[in-house]
Amino acid sequence: MEPRPRSFYVLTAFFALFLLFLYGPTLTIAVLSFQGPGGGLTFPMRGVSLYWFHDLFEQQAVGDIWGSFRRSLVLGMMVMVTTVVVSVMGGLAFRKKFPGANILFYLIITSLVIPSILISLGVGLMFSQAGIAVHWATSGFGSQLTWTLPFGLLIMFAVFNRFDKSYEEAARDQGATSWQTLRHVVLPIIAPSLIGVALFGFTLSYDEFARTLLTSGSKNTLPLEIYGMTTNVTSPVLYALGTLTTVFSLLIIGIFLCVALWTTRRKAKAGSDAGKGML
Amino acid sequence: MQKLRSQNGLMGWLMVSPLAVVLLIFLVLPIIMIAVVSFWRATEFSIIPAFELENYTFLFSSPVTYTVFLNTFKYALLTWMFTCVIGFTVAYYLAFHIRTLTWQVALFLLCTIPFWTSNIIRMISWIPFLGRNGIANSTLISWGVIDEPLDWLLFSDFSVVLAFVHLYTLFMVVPIFNTMMRIDKSLIEAARDGGANGAQILWNVIIPLTKPGIMIGTIFVVTLVMGDFFTVRIMSGSQSANVGRLISNDIALLQYPSASATAIVLLLTVLLVIGILLRFVDIRKEL
Repeated sequence: MEPRPRSFYVLTAFFALFLLFLYGPTLTIAVLSFQGPGGGLTFPMRGVSLYWFHDLFEQQAVGDIWGSFRRSLVLGMMVMVTTVVVSVMGGLAFRKKFPGANILFYLIITSLVIPSILISLGVGLMFSQAGIAVHWATSGFGSQLTWTLPFGLLIMFAVFNRFDKSYEEAARDQGATSWQTLRHVVLPIIAPSLIGVALFGFTLSYDEFARTLLTSGSKNTLPLEIYGMTTNVTSPVLYALGTLTTVFSLLIIGIFLCVALWTTRRKAKAGSDAGKGML
Repeated sequence: MQKLRSQNGLMGWLMVSPLAVVLLIFLVLPIIMIAVVSFWRATEFSIIPAFELENYTFLFSSPVTYTVFLNTFKYALLTWMFTCVIGFTVAYYLAFHIRTLTWQVALFLLCTIPFWTSNIIRMISWIPFLGRNGIANSTLISWGVIDEPLDWLLFSDFSVVLAFVHLYTLFMVVPIFNTMMRIDKSLIEAARDGGANGAQILWNVIIPLTKPGIMIGTIFVVTLVMGDFFTVRIMSGSQSANVGRLISNDIALLQYPSASATAIVLLLTVLLVIGILLRFVDIRKEL
C-alpha cells in the first residue's frame, strides 16, 4: 500500500472531532443523569447516585412515562410492519410503468419535504371537522406513515435500481410462477435491505413527535411526553429519561444491525460456488 | 400486447394502492383541509366556514411576518452552509481516504446511529454544555480565554444554528457519500496522470461529480430547517421565532384559520425552493 498523504491525518482529526460533536453532548447528559440528589442540570456533579432514575419510576414525579413508553412501542411496531409491507409493494410496483406513477412519485417527495407541522395541523383539523376523535393509533399512526413511508420507498428504489434482473429471468426460465419468483428469488435477495427499512420505520416512529403533536389525542407518546417535560421539568430527571430512551434506541439499533449482519453472512454462505473450481 | 400492458397497469395499481390511500388521506386531504380553513373565520372558541381573505391580508400586512420569514431563511442558509462543508468533508474522508469497505461501512454507521435516536434528547443535551455555568464557559474561563461567562452560547441564534447543524449534518453526509462511492476511481487516476494536483482534482473532478448528492442533501436540510418549529423554541429559549413557531403559536391559541394561512404560505415557499433545487438534479436517477 502507498503511504498515507498528510491530508489523511488532517481529515482523520476532523472526522474524530465530528464524532465528538455528534456523541459528546449525549454522553454529557448520560453522565449528568447520575447526579446526586442535590445536583442540578449542569456540572459540577454533586455525588453519584441513581436518585433520578429512581425518581422516574415514581408516577407522580413526572407524567405517565411508562404508559407513553408502551404506546410508543406499540405504535413503533405498527408503523414498522406497515412501512415494510407498503414499501416493498410500492417498490415492486414502481419497477413497471403504471399510469400515474409520476404523480405518485412527486407525492412521495412532497410527503418527505412538507413541514411536519402541516401534517399535524391538517390531520388534526380534518378529524375534528369530521367529528372523529384523534387517537395515536389512528390519526397518529397515519401521520407517522407520511414520514416513514418516503424513507422506506427511497430505500426500495435504491435497492431495485441495483437489482440484477437476470436472477428473475433465470427463475422464470426454470418455470417458476411470478409468485414463486418473488417468494424464493426476489425477497431473499432484498431481505437485508428490508431490515434497514424496518429499522427506519421503527426508530423514526419511536422518536417522531412533530407529526404526532396534534394527532395523538389525549394519550401522549413518549416523545410528546419528553417535549412537554422540556418546558416545565428542570431537574436531572429529564436527563435520566433521555439516557434511558437513548439506551433503548441503541439496543434496538444494535439488534437490527446484528440481524442484518447475520442475514448477509447467511446469504453469502448459501451463495453459488460457481467459478470456484472443482477442488 | 395491449392487454398485457393494461394488466400490468392494473397490477401496479393494486400494489401501490395502500401507499396511495395513505398519502391521499394523510397528505393530500390534510393539505386541502388547511387550504380551505385558511379562508375561514375564527372566533374565540370556534372556527366558522367562510370565504374571506382576512387571514392572508393580515399575514401580509404584519411586519412580524416578514421578520419571521427572513429569520427562517437566515437559519436555513446558515445551517446549509455549515452542514454542506462538514458533510462534504466527512463524506470525502469516508469515500476516498478509508481503504476497506468494512471500515467504510463501520464508520458510516457510526455517523448514522444518532439519526435513529431522539431529536429532542439530542437537543437538550446541549444545555449543560452551553449554559452560563456550562462546560464550554467553565472550560474557557479555566483556560483564561475569557473572564466572564459568555451569554450568547445558549438561547441565541448561535445555539439554534448549532443544534440544526448537529441534527441535520447527516442528511448531507449520506447522499454525498452515496454519489462519491459511485465515482469511477479511474477518472481520478486519469486526472493525476494528466498532472492535476490534489486541489485541482477536488475542484475539477470530485466536486462536479458530487453535485447531485449535494443537491439532495440541500433539499433535505433546507426543508427540515424551514419546517422546524421546536428546535428554535427550545434552543432560543423562546427568544426568536421562525415561521413554524408562528404557526404553532397560533395553534396553541386555537387560531386555526390564521395558522392555516401561514402554513399555506410556508408550504408554497418550501415547494418553490424545492422546485428550484430540483432543476439541478434528477432524484430518481441518483438513488
